[in-house]
Amino acid sequence: MNRPAHWDECDSIEFVSFMAGGQSFCIEITQIREIRRWTPVTALPHADKAVLGVINLRGMVIPIVDLAEQLGLGTSEASMRHVVIVVAIGTQTVGLLVDSVSEILAVPVDTICEAPPMSKGVDSDCIIGLVSVEEDMSRVLALDAVLPRALEEVA
Amino acid sequence: MSADNLKALFFVECEELLEALGEGLQSMESGDADSETLHSIFRAVHSIKGTAGAFGFNTLVTFTHHFETVLDLIRSDQMGVDAEAMRLLFRASDILSDLVELAREGDGGRPDAMDSVLESLIEISRNHGEEGAAAPAPPALEEVEAEPLAFEPLAFDPTSLEALAVDGALRYHLRFDPGPDFFRNGHDFDRLVLELEKMGTVTCAADPAAMPALDGFDPELCHLAWDIEIETEATEAEILDAFMFLEEFCKVTELTGDAGGGLPGLPPLPDPGPVAEEAAKPDPVPVAAAPADPAPGPAPDPAPAAKPARAAEEKAAPPAATGTVAPKQPMLRVDPERVDRLINTVGELIINQAVISQRIVEAGFDTNSDLMGDLDDFQHLAREIQEGVMAIRAQPVKPLFQRMQRIVRETVDQLGKDVQLVTEGENTEVDKTLVERLADPLTHMIRNAVDHGIEKPEIRSRAGKPERGTIRLTAAHRSGHVQIEIADDGAGVNRPRVFEKAVENGLIPADAKLTDSEIDNLLFMPGFSTAAEVTNLSGRGVGMDVVKTSISALGGRVAISSRPGKGTIFTISMPLTLAVMDGMVVHICGETMVVPLASIVETIRPKAKDVKSIGRDGRLLFIRGTYVPIVSLSAMLGLSRSGEEAEGGVFVLVRSEQDDLVALAVDDISDQRQVVIKSLEGNYGAIPGISAATILGDGRVALIIDTEAILSQVRRVGPDAGQQKETFYEQASALG
Repeated sequence: MNRPAHWDECDSIEFVSFMAGGQSFCIEITQIREIRRWTPVTALPHADKAVLGVINLRGMVIPIVDLAEQLGLGTSEASMRHVVIVVAIGTQTVGLLVDSVSEILAVPVDTICEAPPMSKGVDSDCIIGLVSVEEDMSRVLALDAVLPRALEEVA
Repeated sequence: MSADNLKALFFVECEELLEALGEGLQSMESGDADSETLHSIFRAVHSIKGTAGAFGFNTLVTFTHHFETVLDLIRSDQMGVDAEAMRLLFRASDILSDLVELAREGDGGRPDAMDSVLESLIEISRNHGEEGAAAPAPPALEEVEAEPLAFEPLAFDPTSLEALAVDGALRYHLRFDPGPDFFRNGHDFDRLVLELEKMGTVTCAADPAAMPALDGFDPELCHLAWDIEIETEATEAEILDAFMFLEEFCKVTELTGDAGGGLPGLPPLPDPGPVAEEAAKPDPVPVAAAPADPAPGPAPDPAPAAKPARAAEEKAAPPAATGTVAPKQPMLRVDPERVDRLINTVGELIINQAVISQRIVEAGFDTNSDLMGDLDDFQHLAREIQEGVMAIRAQPVKPLFQRMQRIVRETVDQLGKDVQLVTEGENTEVDKTLVERLADPLTHMIRNAVDHGIEKPEIRSRAGKPERGTIRLTAAHRSGHVQIEIADDGAGVNRPRVFEKAVENGLIPADAKLTDSEIDNLLFMPGFSTAAEVTNLSGRGVGMDVVKTSISALGGRVAISSRPGKGTIFTISMPLTLAVMDGMVVHICGETMVVPLASIVETIRPKAKDVKSIGRDGRLLFIRGTYVPIVSLSAMLGLSRSGEEAEGGVFVLVRSEQDDLVALAVDDISDQRQVVIKSLEGNYGAIPGISAATILGDGRVALIIDTEAILSQVRRVGPDAGQQKETFYEQASALG
């Protein structure tokens, strides 16, 4: 599948898990630049619905993507309780709006399951693996797949 | 300094040298070259050869060697320069820059045209009786006799002996025996000594022990070794550093004992020749295998060094090349990244200054208070720093213009036309990035001018014009902008043909009524190619629209004006920098945006009676006797569906490059200020109608309106294009 190559070289991977659209997701910790509180954005004309706008991150203008909307889990009503995870995707820096950040997980590589092929309504391209967290399950996000279309054109 | 750094430096130097070479050739061609020009041309090629040898770029060395030989013939008046030779020199210089480029890319390849040019060069030197090839030269007895002093061993001490005995200084003895290829590899003993002199007091003596007898003498080889004594605080490693690439040939011994005593106190030297220090003992006969005449004198001869082996080298590389680098003003070489970092920081400073200003205003200080005065000073200083930093990035357009000379040469060769390129204002300075990114559009336009603009010689003479066409390329600063003009004296735009073609390509209806200037501007339409006969130079489907797009992407504009039979002028107008601009802060539907000040004509708060409706939802503003279309920015940018502005809105009148006037309707305007341009494309992508973003005083992001894109859209779909915003989006994204 589309597992990152470096997974095979490590014993365990560290993830940051978070909630978006009521589901648990996680992103490899090395891809995360910082986590910050939601701040009002400047809307962009002609942007995808999932692109909320841009913010100033210490002099850099970065777009903020509503992750739930992008994954088809409904629109987030952004508020001060929301959190922005700033991630690096290739050369781009993008902020992902999520409900809340949960914890840091160290997951042995051999326990990361492949996402099984799924029926309609689930964009399995966005999920590169599944991680069991106690009773629950967290979905490992493929960051490049969650980029909205306008962003991809640049990448 | 690592080898990579040195290499990078070499290429930077090459660029400068190639520039000097091009410039020199140019003035040779125009006939105003003096001997200094010839020397500088020679020096440029020679220096490239020298350093290229040190890096082992063999193709480059071979080529420059032959190039240099021919240049030397010209310099010493052994060869006249006719048009044919001039053309060869130009081609050689083109190939030389190709070779340097290839070397930079680490590709050992050779340009296609190199072999034929190389052959012609060798041919010339052979015809003039020089041994052009690098093959060992025959022992040239008479030459040696002609320069009887060539191998005279000389000791010299460039600094005074009094400077000896510095506290903490140590004395080292260096035995430097570089082997026969020393000069061939482009090294220079003088420079080594100069380098060493920076560290301390240097005394040196040449050891001619290995000098062969005359009949075995090869003037291109180095037969000398040197004994150098240096008194310095530098460490052994630092000394060896001076011998970059040659460390292996240098043996350093630390001398103990009292430093002040000077020469007699030397312990015996490790080398066979007892040449510790020698007074210059004239020995006119070239020293054969015999050991050097030991004539220990108490003081070395301070006379200017008659660099022994130098003369041998300069048989091929004559006297003017004393320094291997052309003399020039001391320049600071700085890693561009450092400058960019500085620019970014200054950008932050400007933003920060805006934040502070805003805070202070909000805090309600009296505008006459001292604090406000200080704030003004702060603002001025910040601006000054910023301008200073920008100036670091500024570069003359000269290298760019020289590249265009080459483009003209190549294009002319292929088309059989006779065209000269005249450049003016080459020292106009523009941001480095702009210079680089202008290269492609300019190349295209110059090619076009040669291909489509200038007529064939016979047509020109029939029209009573000189057979040789002229393209003028000029650069100048115009009110905060750089203006670059490409003017040809060709046939001008063939308007009937352009019109026909545009109809053919479905760009305009056959019954369209267009003014001359409108027809000229059809050239910029996507998918338009005028070439009646498609040559392999232009007419590749990329036309002037690409030029226009890339210039717009740089925040510039391009305009055309043409007179039938007289020629065509393209004018490019560019901002001086890509980093900052003056803008007016406006508010639209609760969003704050910036309109570039450069395009704003005026702002106006209209009376209701001056706004007239036209059609279903078009509106016109009546101002000073003319009607100006009103464009609702909010509708254009998809910020509101209705396209209705708040009551009491303001119109910002903007003028396009084509002189169209449009009133942009906004809710309010706040002030005008300098904004730092932040690209959106790095992290997001291009947005139609938006050129970039900036950060305002409150730390929020504001978008910068791309007025030209908005205006061109208005031209296409008519005023108040809110309803057509989908089309706008599609067309604009097709362009981007």
